[in-house]
Amino acid sequence: MTASRTMLEIHALEKRFDQTEVLKNIDLKVGEGELVFVIGPSGSGKSTMLRCCNRLEEPTSGAIMIDRERITDIPRRDLDRMRLKVGMVFQGFHLYPHMSVLKNVMLAQVKALGRSKPEAQARALDMLDQVGLKHKADAKPAELSGGQQQRVAIARALALDPKVMLFDEPTSALDPELVGSVLKVMKELREKGMTMLVVSHEMAFAREAADRVVFMDGGYVIEQGPPDELFGNPKSDRLKAFLSRVSGNEAA
Amino acid sequence: MRFFETFFNLSVIEKYLPDLIAAMGVTLYLAVATILTGVLCGAALACLRAAGNRYVNFIIIMFADMMRALPPLVLILILFFGMPSLGINLSGEMVIYLVLSCVLMAFAEEIFWGGLTSVTAGQWEAGRATGLSKAQTLFYIAFPQAFRMGIPPLVNRVLATTKLTALGSVIGVKEILSVSSSAQSFSGSATPLTMAALAYMIIFIPAVIASHQIERRFRYTR
Ligand SMILES: Nc1ncnc2c1ncn2[C@@H]1O[C@H](COP(=O)(O)OP(=O)(O)OP(=O)(O)O)[C@@H](O)[C@H]1O
Ligand SMILES: [Mg+2]
Repeated sequence: MTASRTMLEIHALEKRFDQTEVLKNIDLKVGEGELVFVIGPSGSGKSTMLRCCNRLEEPTSGAIMIDRERITDIPRRDLDRMRLKVGMVFQGFHLYPHMSVLKNVMLAQVKALGRSKPEAQARALDMLDQVGLKHKADAKPAELSGGQQQRVAIARALALDPKVMLFDEPTSALDPELVGSVLKVMKELREKGMTMLVVSHEMAFAREAADRVVFMDGGYVIEQGPPDELFGNPKSDRLKAFLSRVSGNEAA
Repeated sequence: MRFFETFFNLSVIEKYLPDLIAAMGVTLYLAVATILTGVLCGAALACLRAAGNRYVNFIIIMFADMMRALPPLVLILILFFGMPSLGINLSGEMVIYLVLSCVLMAFAEEIFWGGLTSVTAGQWEAGRATGLSKAQTLFYIAFPQAFRMGIPPLVNRVLATTKLTALGSVIGVKEILSVSSSAQSFSGSATPLTMAALAYMIIFIPAVIASHQIERRFRYTR
């Protein structure tokens, strides 16, 4: 783990939907080049926290800094520029079904980043190569497997040169035999020094690749630490209960 | 032989063919102008509605509901016979064009809007998360999908609306039906009506074939 500068910092984040308080007081730091893993039971607010980091969800209070910029202060009309710095990968891929794979990866490069078409295309092919799908550039998303679609979605986000990548359960919608291909891409990404915040249930991957694991429950960060420590020696009862539930599933 | 005398009288055909060809031109021209205006403005209204201004949307919904509820003939007669008393004189062709365009616009708006509402939130989020503005996401991501979903109902509606150009016969527009029915009363032969039917087929059968091709071209599996 590098004790380098902080790339993403969440401070006293709170999020309320009408009456329900989903995030109560979240503090979290992700250093440059770190892979931080977020686990926690369903409904604990993991997705909401991630979505606050690019303001797909508006925080109720608190601050989020990305690359030293306080993104919670940016006026709404300037959000697009900030979002270029934050790549997001969704559980459901959300590729654009009416465009080829190549066009999927090119669109925001041209329209949001202002790259020329040839430049965007070269970059897109590069990124597709990186996720092992250059040969599918002309295919439509519907012609790809779920694992391939998710890798295209990763390429689409990477093509914008983000500072941070957010992953919201990137492998949960995949058949088990396709999970590995996506995790492999994520691991390579980490080796290249990308800063990543990953919500996932892939505990084996967390052990192998995460610098730090964060356990969330009920809108709080309950416990965090290196994977060995967190999995091997959980301190709080809630984490112990959660881990025994999950490992029960994993054994199956 | 009586049958052919009645429906395919050669001398009648010869006499009225030039008029009928001119009338086909009028029908075709009205149809094309109506389709272009109706579909383009319908798409623009649906996109405007997606911007989500309450007052603008109220007006759009009112317009669309009215145009879809009223029989087009009523609108045609009001415009053609009512407007002159306000000092606005519109030609019969202009009235047909305006009314049919508005009717098609209303249906097209509803069809595209229906498509827009069925584009998933995930598509919008994927666009916004990559730094596209709301307008860009609408334009490049949501609307193209709404358009594809809307093509089958839209094609039906376009065909139905353009056939209403025959209502021009009520206000003296020299389109296919009015030319052939006046030829029928002058000649006392049913042949001009046969010619009218053939003229409509010549225009609309290629249109139907083209519509199948459009549907096929824009089909994609999700
Ligand atoms: N737009 C919304 N409006 C109201 N409540 C919401 C909204 N989005 C999320 N919530 C609520 O916030 C809580 C946390 O949701 P969130 O999706 O962040 O949980 P999660 O930890 O990602 O769960 P999961 O593991 O099931 O994905 C849930 O109780 C959910 O019902
Ligand atoms: Mg979630």
